[in-house]
Amino acid sequence: MKGNIFDFMRYRNIAAIFSIVLILVALTSVISRGLNLGIDFTGGVVVEAGFSEEINLQSLRVLLAEADYANAMVQNFGSPTDVLIRLEPQEEMDGGVIRDAILAVMSEVESSVELRRVEFVGPQVGQDLIEQGSLAMLFALIMIFIYVTFRFRWKFALGAIGALIHDVLILVGLFSILQMNFDLTILAAVLATIGYSLNDTIVVFDRVRENFKALRGEAAYDVINKCISQMITRTMITSGTTLLVLLALFYLGGETVSGFALALIVGIVIGTYSSIFVASSLIIYLQITSLDFAERKREAVDDLP
Amino acid sequence: MSNFLTFKSVAICAVLLLGVLMALPNIFGSDPAIQVSREDGTDVVSSSIEEIENLLDGAGISMSSIDLRGNAAIVRFQDNESQLAASVVLREALDLHVVALTLAPRTPRWLQSIGFRPMNLGLDLRGGVYFLYQVDLDTAINQYLESFQGTIMQAFRSENLSVTVSRNNTELQFIFTNQDDLFTAENILFRIDPLLQIEGSIIENQPILNVALSNMQITQRQNLALQQNILTLRNRVNELGVAEPIVQRQGLDRILVQLPGVQDPAQAERILGSTATIEFRLVDFENDPFEADRTRRPPLNSILRYDQAGFPELLRREVIVSGNELTDASFMYSQGQPAVSIRLNAQGASRMLDVTQANLNRPMAVLFIEDSPEIVEVDGEQRLVTSREETVINKAVIRGVFSSNFQITGITPFEGQDLALLLRSGSLATPIVKVEERTIGPSLGQDNIDRGRLAIIVGLLTVMMFMVFYYRTFGLVANVALVMNIVLIVAVLSFLQAALTLPGIAGIVLTVGMAVDANVLIFERIREELRNGVTPIASIRGGYEKALSTIADANITTLIAAVVLFTFGTGPVKGFAITLAIGIVTSMFTAIMVTRLIVNYIYESREKINNLSIGI
Repeated sequence: MKGNIFDFMRYRNIAAIFSIVLILVALTSVISRGLNLGIDFTGGVVVEAGFSEEINLQSLRVLLAEADYANAMVQNFGSPTDVLIRLEPQEEMDGGVIRDAILAVMSEVESSVELRRVEFVGPQVGQDLIEQGSLAMLFALIMIFIYVTFRFRWKFALGAIGALIHDVLILVGLFSILQMNFDLTILAAVLATIGYSLNDTIVVFDRVRENFKALRGEAAYDVINKCISQMITRTMITSGTTLLVLLALFYLGGETVSGFALALIVGIVIGTYSSIFVASSLIIYLQITSLDFAERKREAVDDLP
Repeated sequence: MSNFLTFKSVAICAVLLLGVLMALPNIFGSDPAIQVSREDGTDVVSSSIEEIENLLDGAGISMSSIDLRGNAAIVRFQDNESQLAASVVLREALDLHVVALTLAPRTPRWLQSIGFRPMNLGLDLRGGVYFLYQVDLDTAINQYLESFQGTIMQAFRSENLSVTVSRNNTELQFIFTNQDDLFTAENILFRIDPLLQIEGSIIENQPILNVALSNMQITQRQNLALQQNILTLRNRVNELGVAEPIVQRQGLDRILVQLPGVQDPAQAERILGSTATIEFRLVDFENDPFEADRTRRPPLNSILRYDQAGFPELLRREVIVSGNELTDASFMYSQGQPAVSIRLNAQGASRMLDVTQANLNRPMAVLFIEDSPEIVEVDGEQRLVTSREETVINKAVIRGVFSSNFQITGITPFEGQDLALLLRSGSLATPIVKVEERTIGPSLGQDNIDRGRLAIIVGLLTVMMFMVFYYRTFGLVANVALVMNIVLIVAVLSFLQAALTLPGIAGIVLTVGMAVDANVLIFERIREELRNGVTPIASIRGGYEKALSTIADANITTLIAAVVLFTFGTGPVKGFAITLAIGIVTSMFTAIMVTRLIVNYIYESREKINNLSIGI
């Protein structure tokens, strides 16, 4: 096997520092600033409406304040004629009452206002979602750990999970730093990132496993460098094509999915980086050797016809 | 090789053909239509169809066709305006029918007849209202315990046991005067329901029995309450006239309602969530209600209630007939007054007959009962608490004997119409409270579809261009697989009749990106083999074989994530997970099997190949 072998692992310490700094920044932001959770999680009311012409948001705010909704957040959504109103949950909130009141205020501004979307989420639903989401994430990680341990070795499983946690922390941290709305679709994007990043990591690990079997005696450092070099074209092409599609979704999909697309774009960039520098570095740090595949050999022979 | 070309290739082609057929219904689009069904759920008869035709003809509204689907008639229109106009006309004129706006797919008959239907669109794509209700199960359990209390006390009395009873949240406590009675009582309780949890004790010389519901009884009761509520909600949704509604249980104590096409959440909410029902009781005319109001102590066998003007009324404790014993209710005008005409079932009718016979010229009252559940915070925990409001809406002297058919008055036309509908659809077994509501306007839905479609097409085309540029002939082959992958996803979604939502579209877009991955892996392997000096044909074989385990491992781990998402997620997360999971499976099929078939067709049939068109 020939081809250019690039010494990726030379940068593993720099990458480790880079990753640790990113994670620390992310954690600090999540802890100090928190996430700008959408009403899916906090509960509350969101109304999206389309006016026939550009309207003055300030006057709408004043009208809402008069109707006792001073804490309503009013902003344009996608275009200057579209407005999004968001209300945090209140004591003894009846979604129906608030909805009707907001509608009344808006039709005061323009009678032909077109209602596009009304969402009311009770606080307890949001609480459940946070619990369910965390549970789903935890369960997914456990299942993946089991599968990767079964197919590879536990060191690989640890490397893969480490990379996943790395990706999730940084991605969530980014949403915290930018204070972008974190709703259910963003959660789906984070989970999709887990899937994608995992895919990337497994592809590299697969090669590592194969090369360890073929090139017994070579140092892990060299084997992994060789593997990443062999896979780098594939990694770039796959990430590139996925990014192409996501860019299309980001620019053409409309306001509703742009957040989702952005989360995935960032997630794929981080996922690609982590499969090279985090997952692979981790298995070097865990001192993987070809001996880790010693018992595996017998099974491999059995697999042959 | 020849084997591959015979059996396997036929199988692959068959799957692809089936996929194309199943995806086919989606390209025909749909007509704005009206679904007319009968209130009682029986088939729409041909005379009604003639009537509809005549009504629309008379109103000058042109329709494109009318035919029967299931037990309903589907009237199709050219545009939304005539659909709306027609719905107004038909609602006005057709009695005993439910008129609902819908979209009728233009799928050709031959496709319909083999059962292939287009995808279901989620509410975010077609517009509509989504409600999530939480069921107050605590109240259901309390009512259940209360009903036991009555039965048990009756049984104890008939055995001449001297006993007092008290009830806290989850337990009944019976205090006896005689220790020997404990044993008898336990036997009686066991006869009533062996599942009851009984704990006997003697505290300060007092024999005491604590009776609680067992976990099994609680679970059973909760399930029953949920099912009854789902049934009632279904009835109410049908009364509202919504085509293709969804009413289903979600989780332990929630019910999800989806009403496609409904644009007015306020009306839907008023009907769906209402617990309004009525009770008929005799008026206690022997005691002074004002006196009872002042002392706040109604006589032993009476209850104190107020009428709409706020005046106190004393009613007898026994209920003559309650809302559950109704078989039909309809709104009407009686002597110029709004009224609800009521029909009772046999049991209710015979009781009503007895009571009216025995109480001629005495007053009877109609009690309107409504539960309003709300979420309150108790010790930092969200809890559902139901408060009950009971109003005397009508009080009249019994002038004659009646049984199954009669009217009640004393309501506004608005209240009367809602009340009749609510009584007809049955009452909710236990109160529900809305915890989530989403309304999506129709234009936003169409917008989402258009944008999603555009994003998919643009994304797909750029990826395809890149693939051809980079992998030449092999890139073309991968592109065929990519398109087939989308066709197959659409086919599976149509077959499962799973709803396609906006996150679902995002899932498809992501799959497009990831589907090329398998091909990239294979093609890169082939190129590697070629660089190592392996012959073209052997490179193809080696490339496919060696890439297989990588593809499988990578996809199975992602599939695990998708399945977990689907299991734990709700709403948008679920929609995303299902398309992702389907996409992973179909992409493995198209990227491995379909491309192999085409590559074999191109290369392995030739005598001698010197190089592959794979971009090197």
